[in-house]
Amino acid sequence: MYTEQMLESMKKVAANREANAALEPRRMTAEEKEALLAKFHPDYKQDEFAILSVGGNKGEKVPTELRALLEAKSRINPADIDLSKADYETDVLIIGGGGAGASAAIEADEAGAKTMIVTKLRIGDANTMMAEGGIQAADKPNDSPAIHYLDAFGGGHFAAKPELLYKLVTEAPEAIQWLNDLGVEFDKMPDGTMVTTHGGGTSRKRMHAAKDYSGAEIMRTLRDEVLNRGIPVIDFTAAVELILDENGNCAGAVLMNMETNELLIAKAKTVILATGGAGRLHYQGFPTSNHYGATADGLVLGYRAGAKLLYADTLQYHPTGAAYPEQIFGALVTEKVRSIGAKLVNSDGEVFMHPLETRDVSAASIIRECQERGKGIETSDGQGIWLDTPMIELKNGEGTIEKRIPAMLRMFGKYGIDIRKEPILIYPTLHYQNGGLDIDADCMTKVENLFAAGEVVGGIHGRNRLMGNSLLDIIVFGRDAGKAAAEKAKSVNVGKLTLAHVDAFAAECEAAGIVGDTVSPKLLPTYTHGNPKFEAK
Amino acid sequence: MENMVNVFLMGKKYEVPSNLTIMGAMEYAGYQLVRGCGCRNGFCGACATIYRIKGESELKACLACQTKVEDNMYVATLPFFPLEKKIYDMEKIKPTEQIMMQLYPEIYSCIGCNACTKACTQGLNVMQYIAYAQRGDYEACAEESFDCVMCGVCSSRCPAGISHPQVALLARRLNGKYLAPKSEHLEDRVREIKNGTFEELLEGLMGKPISEMKELYNNREIEK
Ligand SMILES: Cc1cc2nc3c(=O)[nH]c(=O)nc-3n(C[C@H](O)[C@H](O)[C@H](O)COP(=O)(O)OP(=O)(O)OC[C@H]3O[C@@H](n4cnc5c(N)ncnc54)[C@H](O)[C@@H]3O)c2cc1C
Ligand code: FES
Repeated sequence: MYTEQMLESMKKVAANREANAALEPRRMTAEEKEALLAKFHPDYKQDEFAILSVGGNKGEKVPTELRALLEAKSRINPADIDLSKADYETDVLIIGGGGAGASAAIEADEAGAKTMIVTKLRIGDANTMMAEGGIQAADKPNDSPAIHYLDAFGGGHFAAKPELLYKLVTEAPEAIQWLNDLGVEFDKMPDGTMVTTHGGGTSRKRMHAAKDYSGAEIMRTLRDEVLNRGIPVIDFTAAVELILDENGNCAGAVLMNMETNELLIAKAKTVILATGGAGRLHYQGFPTSNHYGATADGLVLGYRAGAKLLYADTLQYHPTGAAYPEQIFGALVTEKVRSIGAKLVNSDGEVFMHPLETRDVSAASIIRECQERGKGIETSDGQGIWLDTPMIELKNGEGTIEKRIPAMLRMFGKYGIDIRKEPILIYPTLHYQNGGLDIDADCMTKVENLFAAGEVVGGIHGRNRLMGNSLLDIIVFGRDAGKAAAEKAKSVNVGKLTLAHVDAFAAECEAAGIVGDTVSPKLLPTYTHGNPKFEAK
Repeated sequence: MENMVNVFLMGKKYEVPSNLTIMGAMEYAGYQLVRGCGCRNGFCGACATIYRIKGESELKACLACQTKVEDNMYVATLPFFPLEKKIYDMEKIKPTEQIMMQLYPEIYSCIGCNACTKACTQGLNVMQYIAYAQRGDYEACAEESFDCVMCGVCSSRCPAGISHPQVALLARRLNGKYLAPKSEHLEDRVREIKNGTFEELLEGLMGKPISEMKELYNNREIEK
């Protein structure tokens, strides 16, 4: 499967394996990290960003691709829409059927609110389903929520909103317990002790996992619970615009049936945006680990309705996306591979960094190794660095890989690569939207009765997120948003529905001189894989 | 020039590069997928697909996002498959043998044809995990079925009408909730937090200036 050139380099990796495995590489100093990030991290490439000229964050920079969508035209013409007849009426409307949306739905239902989920693909076709590595919680005796707080705050460059981070770390153990009580299977020792490992940037081993199907195990359980509760789930139905009432409060959404393009009206007392991330915008041309529907829709919907963004200029490039073979280019190779012992090795077989620096630092370091030091390995799509997986079993014994990272074994096995015997090639991939909608401690955005939870939110993690804190945040804040939205719904009287904000936003764009035919939210990406017939157009 | 192969998507012929997955080939051919595409990486089971290589008798099943095209491949996607999902209250049911009998009695009609196992897109031993479920051995069923992505191909091939992924999901939830050992350290920590044990420590941290937080962070002790 590997090319001649790769096999040559692989020999050096094998020759150094034992010595490399024994090595404890030094961690970078704060100054070294800063210099590295400034030169090699994609977030620091000024010409890939643009300044917003309209909306609540006017004057701030966001990725060029995101700006185009935030300032694009609506998919609907408000004049054509009859808001007097609602197709759905509910207390709590949840937009997005991932982990945050499902958690919110369960709690809103538990609180007695009439709840429904609309989602663009099927419930569970979401980034949550793909999470491999695990979920953090400070539940071991040598750990505490305070240490967790410090790890996350520092890892996020001291930019997290303290009141949100406080909730994240203090509600973490209960979130794990809640999941466990729903039947989520965590990796445990025979006496019930959770098997926990390090993730990049953690100072205690607090990563809980369900093999390397952590997100799948959580998502399929939550989905099952949503269905058991009889909560209506409308699949293949995307929100294309939020609806406000005459008082400026959020009161529903215009929906689009993805298969028939039919428009539908959902009226609600409170709305929760849980639409996840933006990997499929392929910022700076990066491949992505995200699911098909990760197109930043929630940011667009919220922004047009008056919500504000926070840290929308920071993205997470996961250091280890698959660089080879090309069929899985960009797919995630979980950080857990490094947590359980594999190191990063360059084309000369040298370990060039500590394997568990934070993600932004690791990604930048890999990019430097390839671009500046010329020690990458060439692939059909660019370059890659070795992730020396056989090291895992050298350290932890045979069978470890099959037991702890079966999904990785399978993913590469399909292309004839046995990761127990051969190392794999990786390169950073667009993975996570650090920024998003700004919320308060009750998960409400700047728009009254519009709540948000999950990857669509910004501020919980600051400017970088640690592995395992996102699965955690979707459960913690998903549940909190569900409870808060249900509680708020009790006292809401919805006024006359309106889409005037859509017209107003369009007028603002026009006044700012924005031209073009782009419409948003994007909903789905289009791929043609280099077919000349389509590329020509 | 790339190597091209002929594939037949829903019976219609297209020429596509041989290095594409089936999903990629459909997009190359001009499809804008809505159904049949979720995670694009083998975790969600949205892209269940059946195919046959022209002239061969064997009908194969796969995930379109995980399988390379081959010459003369006849491809049909399975955009939806009606699995039977029973409704239950996890707080009320117990991990007894009877619960499967009540909820999914059809598993006892398994005729042992092994079509499910042969069809599994994840290479799981499906018939074996159903056997464990029949016996009420939910721990074994959970372990054997763990990597299931619920694509439904097994059920599409089952003469007894079993919804294998749903049976396995119930077994895993029963195992996770009732059978796996409890984590005492977790329960202790939840109690401590409720009692406000860490309150002061955290508030202290939240009140510190950034410079001090940097100091603390850069010099924190890291568990080996
Ligand atoms: C490959 C991968 C591995 C990861 N591993 C880890 C890990 O180990 N640990 C960790 O903590 N985090 C991990 N993460 C991050 C984490 O999984 C996600 O950030 C998190 O699951 C997001 O959850 P969510 O509910 O906010 O969004 P999602 O799970 O993505 O759900 C959003 C849902 O909204 C739907 N939607 C989008 N737009 C619309 C619209 N306009 N209308 C209606 N519905 C819409 C989407 O289709 C989707 O179903 C990983 C992420 C990926 C991609
Ligand atoms: S698209 Fe999710 S498994 Fe193929």
